[in-house]
Amino acid sequence: MQINLTLLGQALAFLILIGLSWKFIWPPLLNAIEARQKKIADGLAAADRGQSDLEDAKNQALAIVREAHGKASAVVDQAGRRANEMVEEAKGTASAEGARMIASARSEVATETARVRGELRAEVAKLAVAGASQLLKREIDAKAHAALLDELAEQIVVAR
Amino acid sequence: MAGTSSSEYIPHHLQHLRYDVVQGEWAHAADGIVNFHLINVDTMVMGLLMGLLFFAIFYSAARKATAGVPGKFQAFIEIVVEFVDDRVKEVFHGDRRFLAPLALTIFCWVVLMNMMDLLPIDVPGMIAGAAGAPHFRVLPTADINTTFAMSLTVLVLVLFFSVKAKGLGGFGHELITAPFGGHPALWIPNFALNVVELLAKPVSLAMRLFGNMYAGELVFMLIALLGFAATGSFATGGVGSGIAFLLGQIAMALAWGGFHIIIILLQGFIFMVLTVVYISMGQEGH
Repeated sequence: MQINLTLLGQALAFLILIGLSWKFIWPPLLNAIEARQKKIADGLAAADRGQSDLEDAKNQALAIVREAHGKASAVVDQAGRRANEMVEEAKGTASAEGARMIASARSEVATETARVRGELRAEVAKLAVAGASQLLKREIDAKAHAALLDELAEQIVVAR
Repeated sequence: MAGTSSSEYIPHHLQHLRYDVVQGEWAHAADGIVNFHLINVDTMVMGLLMGLLFFAIFYSAARKATAGVPGKFQAFIEIVVEFVDDRVKEVFHGDRRFLAPLALTIFCWVVLMNMMDLLPIDVPGMIAGAAGAPHFRVLPTADINTTFAMSLTVLVLVLFFSVKAKGLGGFGHELITAPFGGHPALWIPNFALNVVELLAKPVSLAMRLFGNMYAGELVFMLIALLGFAATGSFATGGVGSGIAFLLGQIAMALAWGGFHIIIILLQGFIFMVLTVVYISMGQEGH
């Protein structure tokens, strides 16, 4: 056991090793480790962000669907109301039209009746005149007259 | 080592390969407790080799380090780096850009050097002997020069960071006024206590590591002596006792080797943590 020059030699070696380790070994290794730690932290944060984004999007989609539901039911309501209105309207016009047609038919019937009555009256008068002229032309033969009168009466009935 | 007696075996294995830089020749005797003419070549070679290994491993990892998916090698290196960084973070609350690589260097270098104790005890000596070296101690941390070189460097760093944190005046003021108080009569006791405290740090650091590794090496040598006993038994015809010695040697070498792996890591860890503690204590003050 002896303290000798080895003491200085080993101290020098130790100092050089510390220097090398300090300059060339530690910084790149620690940088790599810290960069990776940062990467992992960033990745985790991004994942969290993505999760919350997804949540937001889901909520948004739900809101849109709900709104669309509301709109659709409003449209359906409106359509139903409109249909009812149209039906009512159609009913109204149809009944008015019917009433008008009935009225015109009635008036037509009335004028026709009046016209036919006039014609009939003229016919009866003509027949009466013809009958009278026949009576005046011939001697009254009861039997012949009877037949004539019957014919006359029949004509009157038919003409009425 | 065939032909060596057990009484020569252990001293032989405790001899360093020394070179006298002033005379320019190999030194055969260790002259004096302190002799700065001599250098332990084996310690220097193994220490530098382990330092180079540490640098090669970590630098190749650092150069290819990617922030993306790491390979298995990079992942292993990162485990070590983060382990060291976490330990430093626990003790020291400040800028770790110098202290953490310092701790990494201490931990890895000490562990790598300690691991040389796990090499078969006679093999490095044989290889060195084939190369012409009479002695070769392969375990640099069982050389008190290595451990004191590291702990004294740590002391210099402690002083440097203390002065850097408090300023020269603040540090000097603390030296003579803490822990008892600022009364002039107390300056000398304060200063004496602080010097003892400062010097106790590197001494305890160095002696702890040296003692553990030296003792571990010595126990491996003692276990190896069982092989001598086995050879002796076989030579005198005692086959049964020879086999018993041999089995005993194998079992004890395995047991002590397994236990020693823990010591190797633990001593590196302790040296690292205490260094960080001392520097952070020096910065934070009393």
